Amino acid sequence: MVDIKIIVCIKQVPGTTEIKINPETNTLVREGIETVINPFDTYAIEEGVRLKEKLAPLLSQTGEEIETIALTMGPPQSGEMLKEAIALGIDKAVLLSDRAFAGADTWATALTLAEAIKKFDDWKLIILGKQTLDGDTGQVGPELAQKLNIPFIGYASSILDINKNRMTIKRLMEDRYETFEIRLPAAISVGKDINIPRVPSLRGKLKAKNEAIPVWDKNYLNLDQSQIGLEGSYTQVIKISMPEHHYEVKMLEGSPDHQVDELYGKLKELNIV
Amino acid sequence: MHYFLTEEQQMIVDICRQIVEERIKPQRAEMDENCIFPAEIIKEIGKSDLFRLFVPEQYGGMGTGIFEVCLATEELSRGDLSVATTYAASGLGFIPIILLGSEEQKKKYLPQLASGEKLAAFGLTEPEAGSDVGAIRTKAVKDGDFYILNGTKQWITNGGEADIYTVFTMTDPSKGARGASAFIVEKGTKGFDFGKKENKLGIRASATRELIFTDCRVPKENLIAGEGMGFIAAMRTFDQSRPAVGAQAVGVAQAALEEAINYSKVRKQFGASISSLQAIQHMLADMATQIEAARTLVYHAAKVIDSGEKNVSRLSAMSKLFASDVAMKVTTDAVQIFGGYGFMKEYPVEKMMRDAKITQIYEGTNQVQRNIIALDLIKRGVL
Amino acid sequence: MDIKVDESTCTGCSLCKNVCMYDAIEIINGKAVIDDNCVFCGACIDACKFNSIEITGLPDKHLDFSNYNGVMVFLETLDGAVLDVGYELATEGRKLASSLGVPLSGVLIGNKVKDNFLQAFEYGLDKIYCIDNPVFSNQLDDIYAKVLVQIIDKYKPEIFLAGATSFGRSLVPKVAAIIKTGLTADCTALAIDEEKKILLQTRPTFGGNVLATIVTKDARPQMATVRPHVMEKKKTAIAESEDQSAKIEFIDIDQSKFKTKYKLISTEKEAGENINITDYDVIVSGGRGIGGSDSFALLKELADLLGGVVGASRAAVDSNWISYPHQVGQTGKTVNPRVYIACGISGAIQHLAGMQTSDLVIAINKDPEAPIFKIANYGIVGDLFEVVPKLIRKIKMGRGLI
Repeated sequence: MVDIKIIVCIKQVPGTTEIKINPETNTLVREGIETVINPFDTYAIEEGVRLKEKLAPLLSQTGEEIETIALTMGPPQSGEMLKEAIALGIDKAVLLSDRAFAGADTWATALTLAEAIKKFDDWKLIILGKQTLDGDTGQVGPELAQKLNIPFIGYASSILDINKNRMTIKRLMEDRYETFEIRLPAAISVGKDINIPRVPSLRGKLKAKNEAIPVWDKNYLNLDQSQIGLEGSYTQVIKISMPEHHYEVKMLEGSPDHQVDELYGKLKELNIV
Repeated sequence: MHYFLTEEQQMIVDICRQIVEERIKPQRAEMDENCIFPAEIIKEIGKSDLFRLFVPEQYGGMGTGIFEVCLATEELSRGDLSVATTYAASGLGFIPIILLGSEEQKKKYLPQLASGEKLAAFGLTEPEAGSDVGAIRTKAVKDGDFYILNGTKQWITNGGEADIYTVFTMTDPSKGARGASAFIVEKGTKGFDFGKKENKLGIRASATRELIFTDCRVPKENLIAGEGMGFIAAMRTFDQSRPAVGAQAVGVAQAALEEAINYSKVRKQFGASISSLQAIQHMLADMATQIEAARTLVYHAAKVIDSGEKNVSRLSAMSKLFASDVAMKVTTDAVQIFGGYGFMKEYPVEKMMRDAKITQIYEGTNQVQRNIIALDLIKRGVL
Repeated sequence: MDIKVDESTCTGCSLCKNVCMYDAIEIINGKAVIDDNCVFCGACIDACKFNSIEITGLPDKHLDFSNYNGVMVFLETLDGAVLDVGYELATEGRKLASSLGVPLSGVLIGNKVKDNFLQAFEYGLDKIYCIDNPVFSNQLDDIYAKVLVQIIDKYKPEIFLAGATSFGRSLVPKVAAIIKTGLTADCTALAIDEEKKILLQTRPTFGGNVLATIVTKDARPQMATVRPHVMEKKKTAIAESEDQSAKIEFIDIDQSKFKTKYKLISTEKEAGENINITDYDVIVSGGRGIGGSDSFALLKELADLLGGVVGASRAAVDSNWISYPHQVGQTGKTVNPRVYIACGISGAIQHLAGMQTSDLVIAINKDPEAPIFKIANYGIVGDLFEVVPKLIRKIKMGRGLI
């Protein structure tokens, strides 16, 4: 019997943002691009693993157990990414995969994740990366928290204290840090200042290799087509394009003194100095 | 190149590569310049299970062999030889326990060394005794349930940073090398102190210090394999560890080659990249060929050791000797290809050249390796 | 459509009351009673452990949004003052409202925020809804979400805009999740589709390498967060005779219904350091070429002279030369100042993603091949340790400081 579960929501994203658009179909060309765990999600994984390492000895004194679970919604090949999470120390993983999930916006994604999370008991904390590299919205976390009716702390920069029932957590806002105490269960999103993710371990990799990742589809989650994927989304992308950047580069030549004189002149023209 | 690695062996290489790219490369120049011990990186190496490669499964290890250790060492050396030395030196420190330690010693020390929670060091060298084990002056005198240690060890890798030290002493000076005995000494034992930190030509981020014993009382349970077994413990340890020095050499040479190739492609002289010059091309070809030969010898020696073969001294010494000479040559050539830039600290090759030199010196100078090879040839013939 | 509580199974446990964001449920005589505030969001049905609540007579998705009208912008406040992004939204909202021929309103929530009225109206608002209450002294997601939900439900704007600030990006998704409508994050351009009268929301994705235009279908309001400093803030002429007070509507709240689950323990700002780098017109950024933490003092001197702030590349932050809030780029902040001065930054794509929309980019780098020069307006190939001190000296001389 596991008494506390930490759920880490992760996403597979293209390893580069140098994306091309097929001019004929006006769709993104994604073939041939290596996929990786969304960089911010690696901090979420690490934080989950660290919390387990920290809490497990304390909980074992009272005979309690803690478990970390990685969750993703994505195509079948996202299972490989979940294995990477296991290699990094996550205990088990679940893949939410169904043709019907495709095209989900943040709303439909949050709904699907929420329904999956409800399948677990005793989850206390949900950790997400603060945003994805591709979509870049940062919305799934707060939307998910709202659907589960739990507090959400975004941009968490450190967990100062945590026990089974509550946590003290610091978040980074534009110009300040705020420290909150909140009751668990709760959801948080993390940035790169929270930790330095570890390198996978050999035992983790060997465990991951043999791990069978369960796949949950829409029927298992009792979701209707109208709630999920493109149909369940309230927003729809109607156009994609490449931004037009016009850069007129002027190299300032000559001796350093001359370069600086010229630069100073430009700054003066623009009323910056 | 394909080295016919198993899936698990490839995982080891991948893990090390990630550590090199993410942790070691961004820091190595600063660590070298300011002699900063890579404590965090070593912790990461521990968390990644790489120390477990040395250790049998029943003591928290992975049950792998010297070949796997060499793969890890080579990859880490591509990043930084200081890190690789620190890693390999911990292994060197606990190999005597694995080879000759009692069940109690193994149970007590190996799990925490395998996890990387604690680091080990190998304390053999003294001011008057390097390659000559018989000249050890550090004394251990039995006193009831204890041995009392007095003396100074010099240039001990991981000195001060390690928690567990394998220390070679003289229990019976009249017997020369056969009077040497090895002890496990824990950091913090009364009478066990550290001397000055050395300021070195290369592997500057690694810790090299004196170990000073002043009436240091060590429990008799910490004696490894009985009095007089010190020389055998040291020699058998070196037989196992020397291919890993060879792997260090291959790693640093490989790194220098990669830098040289990349640089030769972007450096333009006389209107073309210098990689189009035959003089450079031939240097690169020679460097690569020598590295490949060294790697093959190192891998072969490691595999022979892992096969359980007893007489491995010759092959083990050959792998260390050949690979370290190659490393010195290749890193020097890499600096040459970089020209004036190679001499500058902004580029990594000068550091590789400085680092490479130690592989010709430690764990037995290359002159000692030749002695070992020659002695074995004469004793056992060419087969 | 009706919502019913099955009194035979209801235990009066209050679970439903606690999740209701519309204050539509009271426990009367040990049973839940749902009043007219209910918007049929279904949160109580999910929360009820006894399956006692049921919505009956569900209509088909109603696609008639004729009762939604007007553009509403969120005037985010901090310590009692409206943030610039609020005025940028008002200026942009004015254009959208005019294009649709509908009114523009602002929502002003906070503690002691009344001083902002006059200024807020200068940006073209037709109306301000104001909640001035001590419970809103701090930026607490849950009670702000609740009050916004109630306001949106009451005044039914067809478009709702908020700043994509840290608070906005964490708060507004909660609001959208409750209201059940679409939300587009971090927009950089907004327009009205003249024919369909809908909002076209354009936002960068894939680190700024792709622009996506997004519409909200089948739900209202159309909600978007907008990246600060992208839209222009511009005052409009107001007739002096106009009576501003008639355009302000104070909304009283029952404080007891706004109990936060977030216990704010402390707020700290980094001493002597400006970490809010997105807020400055000039950013002087340092990268790997800076070589160490000490050299940032040089950049700070230049930044101070230009009234700017110090930024950094990932390499500099990862080397612990400067703290994370200064980081510009994919895994740091996205900035768009008037002037971005990149010193010793090679210009990896991840860095460019965070600053390429700056009005003017000046790059100083030793390596003439550095990618930063491809997007810079002015480039200097040279040693920053020579160029920057000379520039500092030149500026000081220009000001008669030397």
